[in-house]
Amino acid sequence: MSDEQKPVTNIKTPMRLEYRYSAGIATSRFLHGIAQGKILGQRCPSCKKVYVPPRGSCPRCAVATEEEVELSDKGTITTYAVVRVPSENIDVPLPFASVHVLLDGADLPMFSVVQECPLEKIRMGMRVQAVWVPKEQLGPTLQSIRYFKPIDEPDVPADQLRETV
Amino acid sequence: MRDVAIVSFAQAKNHRRELRNEVEILMPVVQEAVARSGIARPFDFTCSGSSDFLQGQPFAFVMALDAAGAWPPIAESHVEMDGAWALYEAWVKIQTGQAETALVYAFGKSSPGDLPEVLATQLDPYVMAPLWPDSVSLAALQARAWLEKTGKSERDLAEIAVRSLRDAKTNPNATVSGDFDVATLLAAPYVAAPLREHDSAPICDGAAAVVLVAGDRARQVCKRPAWIRGIDHRIEAHALGMRDLTVSASTRLAGEKAGVGKAKVDVAELYAPFSHQEPILREALGLGAGVTINPSGGALTANPMMTAGLIRIGEAATRIWDGSAQRAVAHATSGPCLQQNLVCILEGE
Amino acid sequence: MSETVSDEGGILTAPHVLEYPYRRSVGPVLGRFFTELRAGKLVGVRTQQGRVLVPPQEYDPETGAATTSDFVEVGPGGIVTTWSWVTKPRAKQPLAHSFAWALVKLDGADTAMLHAVDAGDIARMRTGMRVRPRWRAERVGHIHDIECFEPEAAR
Repeated sequence: MSDEQKPVTNIKTPMRLEYRYSAGIATSRFLHGIAQGKILGQRCPSCKKVYVPPRGSCPRCAVATEEEVELSDKGTITTYAVVRVPSENIDVPLPFASVHVLLDGADLPMFSVVQECPLEKIRMGMRVQAVWVPKEQLGPTLQSIRYFKPIDEPDVPADQLRETV
Repeated sequence: MRDVAIVSFAQAKNHRRELRNEVEILMPVVQEAVARSGIARPFDFTCSGSSDFLQGQPFAFVMALDAAGAWPPIAESHVEMDGAWALYEAWVKIQTGQAETALVYAFGKSSPGDLPEVLATQLDPYVMAPLWPDSVSLAALQARAWLEKTGKSERDLAEIAVRSLRDAKTNPNATVSGDFDVATLLAAPYVAAPLREHDSAPICDGAAAVVLVAGDRARQVCKRPAWIRGIDHRIEAHALGMRDLTVSASTRLAGEKAGVGKAKVDVAELYAPFSHQEPILREALGLGAGVTINPSGGALTANPMMTAGLIRIGEAATRIWDGSAQRAVAHATSGPCLQQNLVCILEGE
Repeated sequence: MSETVSDEGGILTAPHVLEYPYRRSVGPVLGRFFTELRAGKLVGVRTQQGRVLVPPQEYDPETGAATTSDFVEVGPGGIVTTWSWVTKPRAKQPLAHSFAWALVKLDGADTAMLHAVDAGDIARMRTGMRVRPRWRAERVGHIHDIECFEPEAAR
């Protein structure tokens, strides 16, 4: 039976919608900071925890967070995964390690990737530092941070990471 | 049936376009409703209404949870619907005895996308959505059918808009309001014939929250609780060509089940995002001349998506609290041409 | 819409596209409808009570009962039961110039289906007018096989 004679079993129904997305106040401030090579978190007025990237609210206390805290771009890996499939916005060779990095001063780890480190050496507690794009390429985007690389500092013991894993 | 009352209500000031993110819009609204309720967190149940399609982001509603304070973990649910249906779910939860208090919130940021086009994605995906009929054009199909059946005119529709815009002058949350005359409105071009701009709800971004409390506790925290004496919702067939668009059979049935006709109605807040839908809903609910319709101005003066139905309930409750009504009807709708409708009857003590 | 990030009083905005290339399986009932569309024909399905539903459905919305396997050819012409006018069409809509949306009750059908009517001018539209489908030359088995409907009467 040719295609023309076979019954129709499926139809193509592509869906495409265009939006103009607004980052909101907190994320905009964070991204403006990134454009200046700074990582800005926010501190909860109630529980005092520092969140990064900030969203203008504390998920535990349900209050607005306004106090800005400049954080170091050094941190500790709290968990990681070795990724062998490509991802649209991640522009590093496969396989790579995606990580949660707890920046010094923050109470919430942020997502990134690690480079300049053999995969088998990546571990929880490892100390890392951000590698930024060249100064003239900085912009209000997390892509201003290319990745994190290991630094020569002693590992943070597991029991100190327990709450943030 | 357990006694459940609405004890507080708060809404964001609606804006045509909000640049704050959803949590930033919602948080002060939830905080206000919670503060006014006299109930301290945690609530036994939290339920919200919103639509990911408005923001173009799957699971977007999860990010709004910060406003509810989900630590320690809370019993929570979400409907991809107007918050009026989140209120219904919370009411059911309380009826089962699994909760005594509930926080209900809703939000909608329509400004990022082209709302009438976004709403085409809620249609039958095989034979309707691929044509991308916008929501205003579909409402206009119903408007024409109603005008031709009843013999009413575009002037009659404009009069509904004029009344709504005038009443909205005292509503700080309306995005359009004022004194307009019918002739000026009718001189404007069609947006989707036979509907003009004043016939369709103005798109805006907003949020609202409500607190429900069961039994005597409601009397302890609220001077004059707005008791939910009946609540029901019904849905019609999906295909527009199978429905009689000139009547709202689902509103009529939901109203009967909720008990609209049991006693005199003082005030009705009807979610009619298009002017012709107000008389259709009035007829379905049997609301005659003695009923005050949409003292808030209704959806024709502010239409935060996924929220405007919950706001109708909140506005009706407000009339109970302030003593201007003893019995109020609140209505919410969802889907093209009044496909799905919820009716809620509120009474003072 | 700007293609890039904008700074609106400190708040950043950016374009965002949500796109899904869905391919939907249609089952035997809609499958028959689309197969017939590909052949340039319109069909409905008979309910157990004898009503002809167009487009066909698997279950009768009024009773919940499964519809029969009796597919009935309908149309090609039909009448407009209600309509509205699109002054400025959106890009994804069936026509690039002003047109009417209409519910069209095809000859032999008991329900109406939604489609566009290329009437040329709003003054040509009337509830009750007769229309017929304008078929695409190349059909694949899709609602778009009908480009639109057009008035049966000559101008």
